[in-house]
Amino acid sequence: MFNFFILILIYTCIYAFMSLGQNLITGYTGMLSLCAAGFFAIGSYATAILTKLGWSFWATLPVAAILSAIMGIIIGLPTLRLKGDYLAIATLGFAEIVRNVINNWDSLTNGPMGIQKIPQIMVFGMNVSPYKKYGFLLLEVVMLLICWFLLERLASSRMGRALEAIREDEIAANSMGINVTKYKVVSFALGAAVTGIAGCLQAEYTLSVSPGSFVFMVSIMVLCTVVLGGMGNFVAVILGAFIIQFISYFPQLVGLSNIIPAQAKQIIFGLILVIMMIYRPQGILGRKERNNKKAEKAWLEKKEAKA
Amino acid sequence: MGSASLLFQHLMNGLTLGGIYALIALGYTMVYGILKFINFAHGDILMVGAYIGLFTFDALRGSTPIGIWWLVSFFIAMVVSMMGCAVLGMAIEKIAYKPLRKGSRLAPLLSAIGVSFILSNGAAWMFGTHSRKFNYPFDNSPISIGGVVITPHQIMVLVVAIVMMVALKIFVDKTKMGKAMRATSLDSETAKLMGVNADMIISLTFGIGSALAACGGMLIALDYKVYATMGTMVGLKAFVAAVVGGIGNITGAMLGGFLLGLLETFGVAILGIPQGFKDAIAFAVLILILLLKPEGLLGKAEKEKV
Repeated sequence: MFNFFILILIYTCIYAFMSLGQNLITGYTGMLSLCAAGFFAIGSYATAILTKLGWSFWATLPVAAILSAIMGIIIGLPTLRLKGDYLAIATLGFAEIVRNVINNWDSLTNGPMGIQKIPQIMVFGMNVSPYKKYGFLLLEVVMLLICWFLLERLASSRMGRALEAIREDEIAANSMGINVTKYKVVSFALGAAVTGIAGCLQAEYTLSVSPGSFVFMVSIMVLCTVVLGGMGNFVAVILGAFIIQFISYFPQLVGLSNIIPAQAKQIIFGLILVIMMIYRPQGILGRKERNNKKAEKAWLEKKEAKA
Repeated sequence: MGSASLLFQHLMNGLTLGGIYALIALGYTMVYGILKFINFAHGDILMVGAYIGLFTFDALRGSTPIGIWWLVSFFIAMVVSMMGCAVLGMAIEKIAYKPLRKGSRLAPLLSAIGVSFILSNGAAWMFGTHSRKFNYPFDNSPISIGGVVITPHQIMVLVVAIVMMVALKIFVDKTKMGKAMRATSLDSETAKLMGVNADMIISLTFGIGSALAACGGMLIALDYKVYATMGTMVGLKAFVAAVVGGIGNITGAMLGGFLLGLLETFGVAILGIPQGFKDAIAFAVLILILLLKPEGLLGKAEKEKV
């Protein structure tokens, strides 16, 4: 049972990664993207294929991130100029194309069979095997913290403010001199890269990849995570990831998995989306308000000093 | 078989597929025209329609031998399924979309995704994940007309699709209700001031759209069986058809549906796109049209107002 809890935490970290990326795209910039599964797949396959070729896991990380980001730019450039609804469908279609390609490109991805026996991660000559769960979890948590810290810094920077301005009102942001398309593409690419890194971890945890794990359902779960936790709040999103994973594995945790059908949890995800939208659209924790007290105080002091 | 008749064959296949896409695309486009939002659950309403149709049809025909009664029960089943889905569509609108009308643009979209998930997984839970065969209500052996082979199913799809579309077009263009619908779509605030009951019109739009989806769902189920996720891919492609034709434009949705059906069929048969990539064609078309003519073939370019 305790082992099971560790498993939930490991998956929480993987989904938290994806949700951080989704939060940057949807929560901060206000673009509804539905291709988390696509970027996740690209990251997974990059790690799987390259480590099989003898690369170290750490070398595949940036490659996976950059590949996902490039894919993000390729899908983003044509579609980000459009309204949000089109974007949702276009990105969904893109995720399906990615899965289609993986399924059919036998020479590279081994088709529907997938890739097995992926080499394990090495840290300072130590083997971080997914069978030793604590080590793997620790590694994940460290990576997640770094990523969270960087994204938090990004969000409170000039760019973060630009993204929020775009979310609130694109036309107003544009007339304030914000290059809307540029920021949208950059945010999309960054979100894609983070999601791709989640894919690397997934590949290293299951030690095998197959197209079946990158279905539309994954994108919905990630979206659900962000909505549940609170759009535009990175901590809330991590909390959301935990809750979603807990719900997913609850039947197994209490040993009722043969009584509760597999569809039940997906119906719950659907209900979460609808009910949250109607009663608490800001999510459990809500949006993180920008703390402007300090800046305000400094500005007042300056004003007083002048007077 | 000569190449001309082979070409005609593909043309028929494409038109049949396109007719079904067009029926479903109408639901997307009508809702978008009025509420400016994509009803993601539309594909799953189609699936529910196919299930209702299947159960009604099987119950009605019982163990009678194939004959005229089968055809009659099929059409009764179609009416039942269309009415059932109309009610379902209106109920979904009341519960999941109406409270969100004032909120952000993202909210109803997310809610619709939730509804779609509830419907498809609810169906999988209730009816199982296996696919069920939907018997043809007639002997579907191909008939040869002057060297061209055509199945009765194709004839039925084309006839039903065209009848439905003409009926819809007459309803929207000629009746008072249709006028109210167009007015609401053009400017719902002003329409309200002119005494149009906008809430009722929105309900009606969802009802009609869902009924058409049910009809399309039954037609496609004859060829592709009935299962819980059958609506997802068809729904997405129908949406692409709606965008290609110009979303919000009823004639555009019909045109887009037929065009997409033809493109898919000819893409595989003539351009030699591998069968595995068949589903990707629609999305490639979508991205292309968004790049070149985002307002769609028949849509009017709209300048965003502050």
